[in-house]
Amino acid sequence: MSATWPAIRFTLNGDSREVHVPPMKRLLDVLREDLRLTGTKEGCGEGECGSCSVRMNGELVNSCLVPVLQAAGANVQTVEGLACDGEMHPLQQAFLHCGGAQCGICTPGMLIAATHLLERNPNPTMAEIREGLSGNLCRCTGFIRIFESVISAAAQSERSTRAR
Amino acid sequence: MSTAAKTRVVGESVPRKEGVDKLLGRARYLDDIDFEGMWHGATVRSTIPRGIIRAIHFDPRIDWSEFAVVTAFDIPGKNLIRLIFDDQPCLADDRVNHCDEAIVLLAHPNKQKLRESLAAVHVEYDPLTPVFTIEESEGQNEIIWGEDNLLKSFLLQKGDVDAAWIGAAHIVTGEYRTGAQEHLYIENNGAIAEYNAESGVTVWGSLQCPFYVHKSLMAVFNLPEDKVRVIQTETGGAFGGKEDFPSTICAHAALLAMKSGHRVKIVYDRMEDLAATTKRHPARVLHRTALDADGKLLAMDIELATDGGAYRTLSSTVLSRATLHSPGPYVCPNVRVRSSAWATNTVPYGAFRGFGAPQAIFAIERHMDEIAATIGMDPIELRRRNFLHTGDTTATEQVMRDPVILDKLLDRALAESHYHARRARFAKENPASPVKRGLGISAFYHGSGFTGSGERYLNSLAGVDVTPERKVRVLVSSTEFGQGTNTILTQIAAETIGVDYSDVVMAPPDTSIIPNSGPTVASRTSMVVGRLIERAGAQLLDMLRNHASLPEEFTPDEFFDACERYRAAHGEVVSLCRYEAPPAIFWDDETYRGEAYPAYAWCVQVAQVAVDTVTYSAEVEEFWSVQEVGRVLNPVLAGGQIEGGIAQGIGYALYEKVIWQNGHMANNQMTNYIMPTAEDVPPIHVYFEEIPFAHGAFGAKGIGELPHDGPAPAILNAIRDATGVSFTAISLLPEDLFAKLSEHPVAEPATV
Amino acid sequence: MRGNAEAHEMVAPGSLAAVLELIADQPGEWTPIAGGTELMVAHAAGRLSASKLVSLWGIPDLRFVATRPESFAIGAGATFTDIRNHAGIAADIPLLAKSATWIGSIANQSRATLGGNLVNGSPAADSSPALLVYDGEVEMISIRGTRRIAYSDFHTGYKKNALAPDELLYSIHIPRRFAGHRQYMRKVGTRRAMAVAKVALGATALVRDEIITEVRLAAASLAAYPTRLYRAEDAICGKALDAASISAARTALLGEVLPIDDIRSTAEYRRRVAANLLDEFLSELQLPEAPR
Repeated sequence: MSATWPAIRFTLNGDSREVHVPPMKRLLDVLREDLRLTGTKEGCGEGECGSCSVRMNGELVNSCLVPVLQAAGANVQTVEGLACDGEMHPLQQAFLHCGGAQCGICTPGMLIAATHLLERNPNPTMAEIREGLSGNLCRCTGFIRIFESVISAAAQSERSTRAR
Repeated sequence: MSTAAKTRVVGESVPRKEGVDKLLGRARYLDDIDFEGMWHGATVRSTIPRGIIRAIHFDPRIDWSEFAVVTAFDIPGKNLIRLIFDDQPCLADDRVNHCDEAIVLLAHPNKQKLRESLAAVHVEYDPLTPVFTIEESEGQNEIIWGEDNLLKSFLLQKGDVDAAWIGAAHIVTGEYRTGAQEHLYIENNGAIAEYNAESGVTVWGSLQCPFYVHKSLMAVFNLPEDKVRVIQTETGGAFGGKEDFPSTICAHAALLAMKSGHRVKIVYDRMEDLAATTKRHPARVLHRTALDADGKLLAMDIELATDGGAYRTLSSTVLSRATLHSPGPYVCPNVRVRSSAWATNTVPYGAFRGFGAPQAIFAIERHMDEIAATIGMDPIELRRRNFLHTGDTTATEQVMRDPVILDKLLDRALAESHYHARRARFAKENPASPVKRGLGISAFYHGSGFTGSGERYLNSLAGVDVTPERKVRVLVSSTEFGQGTNTILTQIAAETIGVDYSDVVMAPPDTSIIPNSGPTVASRTSMVVGRLIERAGAQLLDMLRNHASLPEEFTPDEFFDACERYRAAHGEVVSLCRYEAPPAIFWDDETYRGEAYPAYAWCVQVAQVAVDTVTYSAEVEEFWSVQEVGRVLNPVLAGGQIEGGIAQGIGYALYEKVIWQNGHMANNQMTNYIMPTAEDVPPIHVYFEEIPFAHGAFGAKGIGELPHDGPAPAILNAIRDATGVSFTAISLLPEDLFAKLSEHPVAEPATV
Repeated sequence: MRGNAEAHEMVAPGSLAAVLELIADQPGEWTPIAGGTELMVAHAAGRLSASKLVSLWGIPDLRFVATRPESFAIGAGATFTDIRNHAGIAADIPLLAKSATWIGSIANQSRATLGGNLVNGSPAADSSPALLVYDGEVEMISIRGTRRIAYSDFHTGYKKNALAPDELLYSIHIPRRFAGHRQYMRKVGTRRAMAVAKVALGATALVRDEIITEVRLAAASLAAYPTRLYRAEDAICGKALDAASISAARTALLGEVLPIDDIRSTAEYRRRVAANLLDEFLSELQLPEAPR
């Protein structure tokens, strides 16, 4: 990090962060290199595979296509921000039990996309799940158990909502 | 088997051993790892498919003293990638034989300067005439490899094929073609290496086979076994694409580490990985088949040719498996398979899930439907009349001693898919609909493990040890890359020994720690290596009973206490076992006769496909797969393997096409190499039948590759069912459907 | 990553006025970047020649959807998520909402902007056919003021448009008079999601007493830029829908389109499928309208 670049500040998983990097550095690279959060992956660099997915101001984005200057002032969430106080997020739990992760490289992006889907749509249809995850490529699972994981997490949340 | 197993773990869907780290984003893949003072490496690659290297120019505007520069000249040992046959150089020396062949390696601490330097190296060539297709290679007008371009050939014969044509009621011929297929693991190839004059070479890599890399580095650096160390990092998908290629990238990183005096990391971006690394062998298969009046097979004459690319690498073993899978799961008294692998000036083809079987099975299973249509028989009935049964003999004269239940698999597949009811419905609906629907099936086996005497040759060693921290460690060189190695082997160890699943861990995949249990390929891990773990676990209990007073019934605590007593007396607690071949496995490599594989997994698949006559696109709407795989060790993992393999098979059939331009992959971006998305994969229904295999761990057979063998022919059979038009080549894109359907217009719906 | 982040200057003045000042001051020097879904791909491939970029992201004056009695005005900075989620657009100009769902993936839609899609000028642009068949107008802005032209006049060649060096695309106006028209949009890609169009057809038509009184047809990937299919329109406008007119329209389309062979598809395929899509639309017109 060079002090010659002006500061770019944003919130990352709830914490304020500040970087001094070129404005056209990709948010993906800033996360991985400057902030040492390697959970977010690069699979293609073209916005096709979704393994770099993060949430920015509540929207799902491919961080390989975001110049970090455009993340200034934003609220960014990565996979590292899903678990809370050492407790896995319900989606992470569901993936573990349903077999939603095999090699795991697409998993961080897939979890972020699934989180985004369920926050917008707590009871998605299968068609909505497919569309919600259509920007995240998985070469191992054939997606079937990823769908099951999302359905399981959605049902789980519904049960705990109703239980309250 | 253990008498003291407290928890039934095998057969349960216990959570993936390394699952939590993967889900938290904590798992560290190669590019997640950085070392202090590490340099970055990059590769200057050939821009022509074949030629002599006349000169290499380094632009003087770059200060090359800042860089480490490596050419073939720098290689301390042998300039080759040691695999089966030593013809592939580590770096091009005086010539190149394919586009994107590595010529010069560069390293620098700064990634940007490294990028700029790549463009500053200019290679001058004297081009030679390249050969790009099987036909051109066979034609032998230009000899590009050996004396005759022929990388390998096999002849498999049973009975007397030539005599069988006379008097045959039917003779049906067909030619079938399969294209190249890219693995498209979401994690690109990468390696980090360090070199030290005293301790030798250490590499970290995204890889399947640590000891393959180890063997290759020994040769490149002329180092003894204990001066080379290979460590597998968490690997983001492989599918065979990281079976042999890592030997190359690891050698490159190590050469740069040697030259620079620093650790060096090489990571490919997607464009480079797509263009420069291995893919599935393209194939051309010619079938000529004689049948009697009842549709029983009398003779099969099969000519199978593959495109091996510029160097032999794995072409001989892929060809072997293709040869042995080409006659299909059928009884036939007379069989001849003449197979050949041809050299072309393209990136060497390599291992990819199925390893020759998908190509061969595509051909025979398409051909069975073509035969059925030609002789006027239902394709299902044709298969039933010819299926192998228990006690029958294969094309290599192997007697099927273990049960073969193809009829049952077929019955179940037809029942679960409501096959007949659906077909009846489509027959009614299709005429008035612009979307034509059809169903197709495929029936096949996949030989588990290495062919013939392969396992004897591997002579695998594996086992367990126990740490002072009271963990059982599984000691194998079998790696995890999503398919479940870590989980399966620790389940087996836990149940065999009688401790909890959480008490068992995998030893780090580091060649300085683990024994060589063979490569993680050929669907052998559960069956072969798992069996070694089972035996080693039982052996450990014997050791502890005999030398450390382990009681007959024991708690995990008592077990670990006994281990500490053993350690106090013997210094360590280790139990290793070496491979033992199942009895009565006889294989003749010369005549290609005998027990080709110790075990077979069997499968019947059904595809429902919709062909849209407006857009000429074919989509799989639903898919069923019924397989007999021996004992299912972990249902969730096993189901996931089947579904994933089917999705790749669907891609192979309908979406994935490698577009070559002058020997270079022109569509080397994810936006242009198309794999199915979450919106494209159909519902997939998976059903297991289990007949425990006596010589596999807890009765397991191989499972990983089986599911990729069947989708392509089932899909194209369904397209034939839907349209009446026969397609014999994959990948089958809408443009290809359009070209043929235009010649044979499908009945148009009447306009109102 | 083949691009060099340090080689690109990027500023984010944060307001429309400031951006216009900048590009008026140094016309042609600054490349506007909105959601980056096109430029950042070029950057990663090492092909981003623009050394100076001015960010339009997050400028409120550009990111809006205004519903007026006679028309919608959609800001050039509106994302495709904004567009697909807008109830009024979904109700009145559904073809645009539909095409918004086809852009890339959800992650691309939340960053890709309508303005970026049009200014990038790909012949395969997903939003273009809808804008053409709805008689869209584009409004361009500079410090000198604003001007409007028909969207059909915006593209002047392959990846060339009518913007002056000191102009930005400001908004797109779509008249709200197509509610009574029959509407059709179909995209043919390499797969169901994340696919560049091999060919797409959009259409609106007004049918009165079995005569087509108005028809607009537009296509993607059949010419150097998205265009109306005027000759095909002429073949059926003012005519009754029958075998003769449908056949004439098909023949006209086959003659007027200029598809190419490229890495994604072939000219022959594109030509034939475009004609099939037209047939499909015209066949639908012959049936009563399905409830929306």
